Amino acid sequence: MKPLLGIERVTQRFGGLVAVSNVSFQIFENEIIGVIGPNGAGKTTLFNIITGIYKPTEGKVMYDEGNIAGFRPHEITQSGLARTFQNIRLFQNMTVLENVLVGMHTRTKANLFDAVFRTGRLKKEQLEATQKAEYYLRLVDLYEHRHSAAKNLPYGSQRKLEIARAMASEPRLLLLDEPAAGMNEQETAELMEFIGKLKALGYTILLIEHDMKLVMNICERIIVFDHGCLIAQGEPEVIKKEPKVIEAYLGKEA
Amino acid sequence: MNRILACLARNQLLISLTVLALALLFPLVFPSQYSIRMATLCGMYIVLALSLNLITGYTGQVSLGHAAFFGIGAYTAAILATRFGLNFLFTFIAAAIVAGLAAFLLGLPTLKLKGHYLAMVTLGFCEIVRLVEMNWMGLTRGPLGILNIPPPSLWGFTIDAPIEYYYFIVALVVLTIKLVQNIVDSRVGKGLIAISEDEIAAEAMGINILRYKVMVFVISAALAGFAGAFYAQYMSYIDPTSFGTDQSISIFIMIIFGGLASIPGTIIGVIVLTLLPEVLRGLMDFRLIIYGLILIAMMLVKPEGLLGNINFTRIKKAADGKKAGELK
Ligand SMILES: Nc1ncnc2c1ncn2[C@@H]1O[C@H](COP(=O)(O)OP(=O)(O)OP(=O)(O)O)[C@@H](O)[C@H]1O
Ligand SMILES: [Mg+2]
Repeated sequence: MKPLLGIERVTQRFGGLVAVSNVSFQIFENEIIGVIGPNGAGKTTLFNIITGIYKPTEGKVMYDEGNIAGFRPHEITQSGLARTFQNIRLFQNMTVLENVLVGMHTRTKANLFDAVFRTGRLKKEQLEATQKAEYYLRLVDLYEHRHSAAKNLPYGSQRKLEIARAMASEPRLLLLDEPAAGMNEQETAELMEFIGKLKALGYTILLIEHDMKLVMNICERIIVFDHGCLIAQGEPEVIKKEPKVIEAYLGKEA
Repeated sequence: MNRILACLARNQLLISLTVLALALLFPLVFPSQYSIRMATLCGMYIVLALSLNLITGYTGQVSLGHAAFFGIGAYTAAILATRFGLNFLFTFIAAAIVAGLAAFLLGLPTLKLKGHYLAMVTLGFCEIVRLVEMNWMGLTRGPLGILNIPPPSLWGFTIDAPIEYYYFIVALVVLTIKLVQNIVDSRVGKGLIAISEDEIAAEAMGINILRYKVMVFVISAALAGFAGAFYAQYMSYIDPTSFGTDQSISIFIMIIFGGLASIPGTIIGVIVLTLLPEVLRGLMDFRLIIYGLILIAMMLVKPEGLLGNINFTRIKKAADGKKAGELK
């Protein structure tokens, strides 16, 4: 089977700091993969490379058989990757619904001409887009709040809205950066269940999480980072017992 | 406060029509040359301020050189009308195109850079354009200005009475409002607002931010060029003093005062700040100081401007949603 995403010997340097060091791994269609690792391990940097915010110093990001390293973020989103951010980056003054509508940007077409002359195509598309956006909002249980400003949502809901907004771009691969950060235990459990459901909907998911225990249940494979290096990958049961992983975690805590 | 806003939001159309009716009746109630002239200038500044609001208010890119595009439009129209006797349909469109082209050439390299480069570059650009207008004697006649610019005429009908100019600008204002509103209410407009809120997130949502910024900068400049063409043919005389940095800053202050990303706010901002110096005639020399003080006060008390960030369409939807919720 061909992988959906192939990271090939990727390195990212910031001046003297090597944030990601010679990392390679693959993701296959409809997998849920967890990326774990202590603070500053390079997890978010990896996401930033995959989504085009950084161009890696070395290495390739193979997606759909082409190397997308160095593509602009909007081109990457267009090609079917979408992400959420560790530090929530919603459009705070826009409404919940509008946030999701912006998420649909790459899947809608109305251009300046349609806008200025309010063409039939624009109106039709707006109607369809709104209905679709409402569908995503129902999925994450935010439909009732669709007309509130995003900034007025509680923290946990903002994280869910970010997921809905990412889903709206109809991605094949969803990258979620610590989606449970700041949530209480119950919210976290619900979220993990929800992410499990996304797999059933056909999504492929790459999920960063700080807390190893959280991802054990839903991820099929786990990738462990430490100091920019990929130190282990495999099934949760194996990862749990891997001495290097225990050391990376306990070493940090000690 | 929220109640009042919701009420205003629900009656948006009615209020817009009332304001339009008042604007149409204005010269009949206040027929003096002076009041019609002030109202006409207000209209022109509304076009200028709304166009600046597209790039600065909605898209969040601070431009401090709007008067440059206004001037480019005015000179383009003036030169074409006086030397080539072109009809105003051509002079207006040419003014918009030349101003838009200038914005394109200026914006493409500048808007690539993150941060406040646009503010600095546009400020410098405005000064450069003024110097060119001042010194390229062959083209602009420098400080002498261009005289005897013919009034707009079409099919034998010439706009020359003040009241005709007034209705002409009212039509332009209505068109501009409609244009800005249509852009803002569309997918394109949401992209622009997303850029102003968070560029990284906007890009991650698939918005080509450079393309959008350049596009809106060009539209904004083209509209200013249009206003410039109007100004040239209305005044029938232009010189470089009308298009300097102080003019750019005045337009900028109008949108800051009235509200970034707000059409009613812009209109109110323009009217207040155009009439204020007239009311305070004796303090004419202190005009810019007064503007400055207003700006500082605004920044302290209400940094988003009078009506900034108040989106009546959203308020209406939210209110309707609540009502629907109560019925359930
Ligand atoms: N733009 C940047 N410039 C310089 N250094 C950076 C940049 N981005 C990240 N780094 C550094 O790279 C290292 C990895 O950071 P990264 O954010 O990827 O870690 P992380 O695994 O996501 O950590 P956390 O769990 O805290 O989110 C850190 O030392 C960080 O300071
Ligand atoms: Mg991180």
